[in-house]
This record gives sequence, structure tokens and C-alpha cells, in this order.
Amino acid sequence: MNWEVIGSYLPLYWKAMLLTLRIGWLGIVFAILIGIFCAIIRFYKIPAAGQIVGVYIELSRNTPLLVQLFFLYFALPKIGIPVRADFCGALGLALLGGAYMAETFRSGLESVAKIQTESALSLGMNRSQVVLHVIFPQAFSVSVPSFVANIIFLLKETSVFSAISLMDLMFTAKDLIGLYYKTTECLTLLVVFYALILIPVSVLGDRLERRVRHAEFGN
Amino acid sequence: MHKEEIIKISHITKRYEENAILEDFSLSVYEGEVVVIVGPSGCGKSTILRIMNGLEPIQKGEVTYRGEKVDGKLGSITRIREKVGMVFQSYELFPHKTILQNIMLAPVLVQKRDKKEVKEEALQLLNRVGLLEKKDSYPRQLSGGQKQRVAIVRALCMHPEVLLFDEVTAALDPEMVREVLEVLLSLAKEGKTMVIVTHEMSFAKAVADRVIFLDGGHLEEEGTPAEFFEHPKTERAKQFLNTFTYDKVERE
Amino acid sequence: MPNLGIEVLFKGSNMLRLLGGLWVSLRISLIAVGFSILLGIPLGILMTVNSKIIKAFTRLYLEVVRVMPQMVLLFIVFFGTTRIFGWNLNAEIASVIVFSFWGTAEMADLVRGAFISIPKHQYESARALGMNSPAIFTVVILPQTVRRLLPLSINLVTRMIKTTSLVMMIGVVEVLKVGQQIIEANRTSSPNAAFGVYGTVFLLYFIGCWPISMLSKYLEKRWSNA
Repeated sequence: MNWEVIGSYLPLYWKAMLLTLRIGWLGIVFAILIGIFCAIIRFYKIPAAGQIVGVYIELSRNTPLLVQLFFLYFALPKIGIPVRADFCGALGLALLGGAYMAETFRSGLESVAKIQTESALSLGMNRSQVVLHVIFPQAFSVSVPSFVANIIFLLKETSVFSAISLMDLMFTAKDLIGLYYKTTECLTLLVVFYALILIPVSVLGDRLERRVRHAEFGN
Repeated sequence: MHKEEIIKISHITKRYEENAILEDFSLSVYEGEVVVIVGPSGCGKSTILRIMNGLEPIQKGEVTYRGEKVDGKLGSITRIREKVGMVFQSYELFPHKTILQNIMLAPVLVQKRDKKEVKEEALQLLNRVGLLEKKDSYPRQLSGGQKQRVAIVRALCMHPEVLLFDEVTAALDPEMVREVLEVLLSLAKEGKTMVIVTHEMSFAKAVADRVIFLDGGHLEEEGTPAEFFEHPKTERAKQFLNTFTYDKVERE
Repeated sequence: MPNLGIEVLFKGSNMLRLLGGLWVSLRISLIAVGFSILLGIPLGILMTVNSKIIKAFTRLYLEVVRVMPQMVLLFIVFFGTTRIFGWNLNAEIASVIVFSFWGTAEMADLVRGAFISIPKHQYESARALGMNSPAIFTVVILPQTVRRLLPLSINLVTRMIKTTSLVMMIGVVEVLKVGQQIIEANRTSSPNAAFGVYGTVFLLYFIGCWPISMLSKYLEKRWSNA
């Protein structure tokens, strides 16, 4: 292991990690928004919209992100919709994550028993009070483990961004290996930087799971 | 002595898919009265309570609370539900909130009452049912009997005019039944208006002003506890009451 | 209506080549799934054993798989082995190794989860009926475990198939790469081929994975209230 080489590569990896984080963060935030929106549509079985969301979720969950990105990045310009690479990465991640989050939130909503709603109604609450104070908090705590798993999954998925020529960690590693053959150093840095992104998320996720667990056991 | 009619059910029919749950059923609940509904499983007892609370749509007839129509689809329903409290068999405390938060949620959120005042009352009520020290616990940390007492307090804290109890001891271990029924008895002594669905016959006898016997979706018999339990008039009621007694085994 | 470049697929043997590429992806996933099942089941059973050392090792293994992108693992095995051992590892073999490494962890965790989810009183009531340990295992525990396990492991298969798309990044000529080659080759005659070809690849993956997902969902629903 050549520490000098590592030192000289550090800034490149750092820059690449920031790019991964920036696009990843943006994609995940939108994934959560899309997920909530779609989960509500599916949960309340809104006609037409429910079916459309269903098709979107199945398409999205049953195809690889890499193929989705290729389609967004290389195919859309051919029908007159040019998309910037970074925007494309965030969009692809948001669409993929939206489908996973939607299923997570929907099953959370479904796990709240109907009679919980009724008991809240019997206390004189209106529909929106019931949703806000009784259903959502419980649905969320039930969703947390799967929510955390989704976040980790999406962050890992960002590793395919290099395929649409975004200069992320994978791109940087591959580029440097190709240029200077410092394979050991390049791969070590690659692992370290991904660990830097994902271990804190994993630890925080575990903590969050433990904190909300009280709600899962119900009555 | 003329008492005011609080809830009036007139000639309602309730169907679920093809099956009639209630057929041409009528019942009036008067102020300060304790009505106990008994009957075999699946006879529609619980459905009556749910309909009184606007949780169940009906196909025919009408339910009113102080002359106002009870209908889950109308905007007025939340105001009526504030006045008609309900306690469920499965307690249905909110698992993500502490005991105190469970009790305070609706008074503060729905009735916009002062937080401090509600808290004081909640603590007082908890003390009354012997659960003051549980105020910061979560429901999962309580036994079934304790949860049910909290559920009663939660309903009481809304200052309801009528309380509906839906088989509140059916899910409890035998030794916990009494601690819950004691609370109901003390409420009855205070003169609270209550409608109680139960399988506890000796409790029904003790607490009821009037007993309603329901079978197959309609009212079979009605009377004071003394009349009903000692001298049931209908054959069905006799049969039903017999299911609670056992003959001594004669060995050959 | 712009030219969508679908006609490229009907030129020569293009469609066949694309399907051939798909077969490469499928072959890698199937072999990796096979290894994952073979290795994951014993490992999962081992994980139910109460031993601190086993727990520490498996925990570490599972955590590595949990946080490291498969892409990174692919790079390590493909480029790293060349560097360290001087092997010139075939990209397809590297892929099988990585996906088996990943799948084994997933499978082991599923197996462990399925076993510990069987309530203790199931063992006790079987024992109360006079069954001996092998009988309890084969008649009572195993069928219940399989019912919990099967839907989830079928799900793992679709995830495996989707993840094989990554292997093009280390140079395996699979369906996406074949698509790229077709687009390149027809650049002048069909400039819009990217739309038709990538759209088709997208659909091929969907057609491959969706029925498997549905089967998994169906089994899960059917067995959940057993």
C-alpha cells in the first residue's frame, strides 16, 4: 500500500463522494415524496390513479436501475427529451425509490387496524385528525425497518451512476485504475469511502428502528 | 317519573352483504338509565352500539341523538360522537402514545380544551381507577384489565352524555374482569347513562335497569333484570340463560 | 412521430443476439442463486446456534454485504484478484463469485429468520405428542420454515436477475452490452436505435422478473394465514 498515492487520490475521491451524496440525497428525498403520494393513492384505492400507480410500481421494481438509467439518459433524447446526466441520476433514483417507498408506506398503512380508526372516530375526531394523529404515526413506525432498508438500498444503487458518465466513486476508481494501475490503493479508497457513506446510515437506521419499536407491538 | 330520551333507534334494518344483521329493530335509551344488551354470539348486539356511534351504515330506519340524526356520513357526527363515548372489546388504545397522551388527545384536539385543565382531570380519573402511576407508560406495558380501565377513562374525559361498552371484558383473563366491571358499577351508581353489551350475566343482573335480549337480529324480550333473569317469558331466552348453567354429572 | 428505432431489432439476427445477452444474465443469476441456496441454508442454520464466535463472524459478513454496493464487490474481485494474485479472472466467473457471496448472506439471513420465527410452543406441542427430534424437525418445523422461506427466496431470484445488469460494467457481454453494440453498429442507419433497443431491454427484464415477483407475492399471501 502506497500512502503517498492514497494521499494524492483523496481529494478526487472526496469530490466523487460529494457528487454521490448530492445526487443520492436529492433522489432519496424525492423518492420519499413520490412514495408517500403513491402509497396514499394505493391505500385509498383511488380509481384509475390507483391502477396507474400500480403499473408504475411493478415496472419500476421489476427492472434494474442501470437499465432504467440507460433508458432515461440515452433513449429519451431520441424522442426530443434531452436530460442532463446528474438530473438523470437523481430522477432515476427517485423513480426507483418512489416505487419501493410506496410499497413500504402502503403496507405500513395497511398494518393499522380498521378498529384503531374507529376508536379514534368514536372520540369525535374527524377524518384528517384520525389520519394525522393515529394512522400516520403508527404506519410510520411499522414502516421504519423497511424504510431504512430502502435508504441503504438506494444509496448502494448510486454506484451505477458512472454508467451515465457521472464522475462518482466508481467512475473515479475505474478511471484511476485504468490510468495508473494502482489497483490496491484505488480499491481500498473505494471501500473506505462507501463505508463512510453507508455505515453512519446503517447505524442511525438501527437506532431509529429501536426508538420507534414501541409502536409495533400494538395493544 | 319521566326521563328525557337521549338515543332513539327506530325501525332500523342492517344488512351485511346478503345477511340481515338487524331487522326492524327499535330501542330508546333514557337519561340516567343503564341498558344491558345480552344474547348469543352473532345476534347483532355489538352492531347496535356501532350504529349508535355512526360507525356502521344502516339500510332502513333512523337513529337519533337528542333528535339529531346519527349518520357517519354527516358532518355533525363528530359533535355527536363527543357526546356518545364508546369503549371497545380490544381496548384500542393508541400504541404510539403514553397513557396520559391517549387520554388527553381528543379533549385537547377535538374539544380544544385547555391542556392543563385536561391533564388535571385525566390524572384525577386515572387515580380513581387506580392507575395514576401508569400515566407515562405505553399501552404495551399494561395488562389487559389496566388497558381497558384506561380506555374507559379516555372515553370519560370527553364528558360524554352516554357511554357505550362493547363486550369490554370479553378479551380479559378471568381475574381481571372484576377490576373493569367495578369501574362500570361505580359509574352506574353515579347515574351515568350507559348501554352495555356483555356476556357476564351476574354483572348484567347487578348493573342493569333494563335488559334487552336479542336473538337473530331482533328484540326477543325486554324487562327488568329481575323479570328477565328469574322469569324469562320466551322459550329462546330460557334456552339462552340455560347455557350458563351446568347440571351436576350423575355417575353410573 | 419520431422514428423510435425499433426496426433495428428486426435487422439480421439482432433480436436473437439480444436474447443471447439476456441468457448470459440469466445464467449468471441462476448459478449464483444455486450457490446461494447451497451455502446459505447451512450458514443460516449455523446462525441459529448460540455461539458468540459464530455470531460475531456472521454479523460482520452480513454487515459487509448490507452496506457494500455489489458494484464495489465486483470491482474488488475482478480488478483486485488480478492485482493481488495475478489471476486473470474471467469477468463472468468474478460475477458469479460476487453474486454468490452476496446471495449466500441474504439467503442465510432469510433461513435464520424463518427458523427463529417458529414459535417455541410448536416444538413443545410436538414433543408433547410423543414425537422424537428428527420427526419434529421434518414433520413440524421444516414445512413451516419452507412456507416462510420460499416466497422470500423467490424474491431473491428477481433481485439477483436485476443485479446481474451490473456485470456489463466489468465487461461481461450481457443483454445491455449487446444492446449497446447493436446501437453502435447501426448508428448511421438508425440514429434513434437507443430508444427502441433500451426500451426492449427494459421490457425483457420486466418480462423476466415480473412473473417471478407475482409468484412470490402469491405464495406469501397464500401461506401467510396458514
